[in-house]
Amino acid sequence: MNTFQLLNGLTFAALLFVVASGFTLIFGLLRIVNLAHGALYLFGGYIGFAVATKTGSFVLGGLGAMAAIAAIGFVLDQGLLRFVRGNELRQVLLTLGFAFVLNDLALVIWGGDSFTVPIPQILRGGMRVLGVFYPTYRLFVLVTGIVVFAALWVLLNHTRLGALIRAGVDDAEMVEASGVNIRRVFLVTFLLGSALAGLGGLMGGAFLSLYPSADAEILVFSLAVVIIGGRGSLVGVGVGSLLVGLLNTLGQVMFPEFAYFVIFGPMAVLLAFRPLGLFGRAVSA
Amino acid sequence: MTQATSQPMKIAGMTPRAVVVALVVLAVAAALPLVLTNYQVGLATEMLIFGVLAMSIDILAGFAGRTSLGHGAIFGVSGYVVVYATAQAGLPPLPAFALGVIAATLVAAIFALLAVRTSGVYFLLLTLALGMIVWGICLRWTQVTGGENGMRGDVRPPWLVTHQAFYWAVLAGAAVVSYAMWRFVRSPFGLTLLGIRDSESRMRSLGYNVPLHLFIGFTVSGFFAGIAGALYAMFNNFVSPSTVALAQSVEGVLMMIAGGVGSLFGGFVGAAAIIALENAVSAYTERWQMVLGVTFILIMIFAPEGIIGTLRAVLTRKQR
Amino acid sequence: MDRRQFLKTSTAAFSAAGAASAPWRRAFAQAGPIKIGLLAPLTGVVASGGKEMVEGVQFYLDSVKNEIAGRKVELVIEDDASNPDTALQKARRLVEQGNCHMLIGDLLANTGLAVANYVKGTGTPYFIPIIAADDLTQRQRIRNVIRVAGYSASAFTHPFGDWALKQGYRKIATISQDYTFGHEQCGGLAQVFTEGGGQIVQQFWHPLNTADFSPYLGQLADLKVDAIFAMETGADATRLIQQYASFGLKGKIPLLAAMNGTDQSVIRTLGEECDGIIAAAHFAEGSDNPVTQKFTREYEAKYGKIPSLYGFSMYSGIMWVAEALEKMGGKVEDRELLIDTVLKTELTGSPLGKTVRLDGYGNPIYDVQIRKVVKRADGKYWNVPVTSYPNVSQFWTYDPETYMKQPPYSRAFQGIKKT
Repeated sequence: MNTFQLLNGLTFAALLFVVASGFTLIFGLLRIVNLAHGALYLFGGYIGFAVATKTGSFVLGGLGAMAAIAAIGFVLDQGLLRFVRGNELRQVLLTLGFAFVLNDLALVIWGGDSFTVPIPQILRGGMRVLGVFYPTYRLFVLVTGIVVFAALWVLLNHTRLGALIRAGVDDAEMVEASGVNIRRVFLVTFLLGSALAGLGGLMGGAFLSLYPSADAEILVFSLAVVIIGGRGSLVGVGVGSLLVGLLNTLGQVMFPEFAYFVIFGPMAVLLAFRPLGLFGRAVSA
Repeated sequence: MTQATSQPMKIAGMTPRAVVVALVVLAVAAALPLVLTNYQVGLATEMLIFGVLAMSIDILAGFAGRTSLGHGAIFGVSGYVVVYATAQAGLPPLPAFALGVIAATLVAAIFALLAVRTSGVYFLLLTLALGMIVWGICLRWTQVTGGENGMRGDVRPPWLVTHQAFYWAVLAGAAVVSYAMWRFVRSPFGLTLLGIRDSESRMRSLGYNVPLHLFIGFTVSGFFAGIAGALYAMFNNFVSPSTVALAQSVEGVLMMIAGGVGSLFGGFVGAAAIIALENAVSAYTERWQMVLGVTFILIMIFAPEGIIGTLRAVLTRKQR
Repeated sequence: MDRRQFLKTSTAAFSAAGAASAPWRRAFAQAGPIKIGLLAPLTGVVASGGKEMVEGVQFYLDSVKNEIAGRKVELVIEDDASNPDTALQKARRLVEQGNCHMLIGDLLANTGLAVANYVKGTGTPYFIPIIAADDLTQRQRIRNVIRVAGYSASAFTHPFGDWALKQGYRKIATISQDYTFGHEQCGGLAQVFTEGGGQIVQQFWHPLNTADFSPYLGQLADLKVDAIFAMETGADATRLIQQYASFGLKGKIPLLAAMNGTDQSVIRTLGEECDGIIAAAHFAEGSDNPVTQKFTREYEAKYGKIPSLYGFSMYSGIMWVAEALEKMGGKVEDRELLIDTVLKTELTGSPLGKTVRLDGYGNPIYDVQIRKVVKRADGKYWNVPVTSYPNVSQFWTYDPETYMKQPPYSRAFQGIKKT
């Protein structure tokens, strides 16, 4: 694998990280496998696209996507999921139904054409890195991924909210017993996770484009990342994203016939022997 | 549920009343083609096939406490093998059917080997991932599976070509298979699965080999899903990756839930309800996906016990 | 099923029974509407194409005030959801429940093939202006499945291979979606190109809906070829063209595309990245032919977008059926006559501005345009013909019987001449 393909794998991994970190936060703390996460990604991308083309600002597009998707996440969590708390299967299928609705709504609003979020002028074109000519925007995605990782790291390890989230991942009842309003922590986490999906949608929408069924593709990759990395672990998502991103590139280059197998084969074996993923911890409940 | 054991009179394991009910239901179902149009007979056939799929999922979900999102793949593998065996390898329909079911059972056994150690949401995710692998292979192994285009062939034997004949054949098959599934979950083995569902640790301490029981349960469930898949291939004369896709698994699970988890025969009710809904809604609006999604959400919030469960709850409330 | 639907179907059943038993009723039934079942993907991956298919049909029916050969037309639209299982179910509904006289449509090959397999048993005439699988007009013809106003996948890439040779290209690499439509388009080009002395350096096959083309582009850039042929449809085409530009390949290696790749459905959301891409097709919306110009102008005025392949093909396809029905006095109940008449009909009103007829195998014969994506005065991009190959047969210059003795194009067989 040459430098070029390595960069391809890394930049894809960076996008996966942004999307999957939101997924794992929600999965880790709220124990909700949010199968609408992919739909939130796609919807966020569309909103980001709409805002960015209207205002001509990529940054506003990103903020708009994050705010809008956080709002949709609020509706999903407070309006619907609250009725099925504690029942994993019902939660999973409810989010799937929500994904159906969201996708069809996107089809109504934006039609089925594929759109690409406009990239700001300074990120267009390419530059020379490590001896290869590489698109600037993809390097920007890589940097953004690292920044998001760092920000989440600080949030989780050096703030009170982060401490509560981490404690909640390990044992939510314990946190509640200590007098903290865990519901509020849950809600904030859900909104944060959703906003990350929206941000991912904007970032991905600028180089992978937005089209019906993009949601399912990113969802499947995110699932693989979270399963490999383990529930609720930030480092796990990082490692999982790198593995999936690189395996995806490797699979397409070397075993095109079995590209899916290259990702999901190792994942299935891993899950069978380490059901909680590489960095997952057993739930103490 | 176990009051049957106190009844002295039993025919093939059923109380006389159950026998009468079963026979009446069968008779009504068998008479349907006389009043329905061709297209409706086709729909009814589909309902029966998916009813069997939903029941096979219920064996695990309702009786072992493990919901599989990989049964669509098992179902589809059977279909692929049936179409491949008839259209490419030139086998007659019946051996092809048998091969399809065997292949599905084998795939289920492999799934089971990997999945028995997990439970809850991890079981869900693992079966989902395994299903994705099967889908990926069907999509990409173009030389054998026909890739995106799938495979076509004349799979039905000549005496089953008409809608009516095929419906009756499927009805007969579904009746036998559901009876078999019912006996399976009521058997001592099935009761052990129930025990595992309720408390894995207790069963383990009682000396039961929990993984082995789950392995067998999963494989048997896959066998029945395989039968449904082979019938579906015969119904469509056609398979493609969408037959093994996640959406297929999800639909099966939804039908199972709509019917009622653990109600077994509810699978038919769920399948009938969902297929009828899809069909009715899509006739009036192209927004059928949204309607389906909303229905999904409403079922999860308001009728988690499924149609049968909710009806039962309403009835018992009335009786009191 | 609700009550209304049930009543509707039962009256339909009764009137059908009546029609069979009483001759005076048959005369009445004859005057009833011509029922056309339209299958189009209104949801799913190719939903935007499906919407334009419906527009194309309605655009034509509006222009004839919904009347063909003196009979009203009843158009029943069903969503095939870009999914073959659904397509099959909807086809059943249109034929068995809706009593449609004919089916038309479907976009994705897998949906079309599923429906073709079904109507083989029912005998319902099924018109496929978009389904391009070669063998439907070659090795595996089904009498009642007719490619009016459509094309077979390799028909345009044969002359394209010839054109590439004339440009002095000697080494080409191909990248394509991995399914029959892609195998056939690439095969057509590869066969003609290698038989003329060219070399296919490497072929990449990727699954549909490949999010990230970078692994392939990385390899393509290293091959040192004269041109790259890309066979992409829909969102894959959008991404490939975009990533091709962002990786700096645009302007370095000429990009040749299958017609779907530079169709309006793709380039209407693109900018300068699509400028200058060459493709081979029968239809070029930027042609200076006055008939084409009129069609494009009126379509754009009505639907607010330049017509794509989908709108154009369905418009022409339904027109073809209509012209045949006019010839036979609208007796749509006579399926055999309808099939024969359609096969013999020459389409006079085609937006191509030229009469189109079917060859002996049921595939239309077109002038193939080598067309280039250029910017229109208002800043939109469209395809303008550069040169043209008149009256191209789906068998190119080969003898049909000999041609059909070679296997159909697939990943394993690309017609590449061994040197």
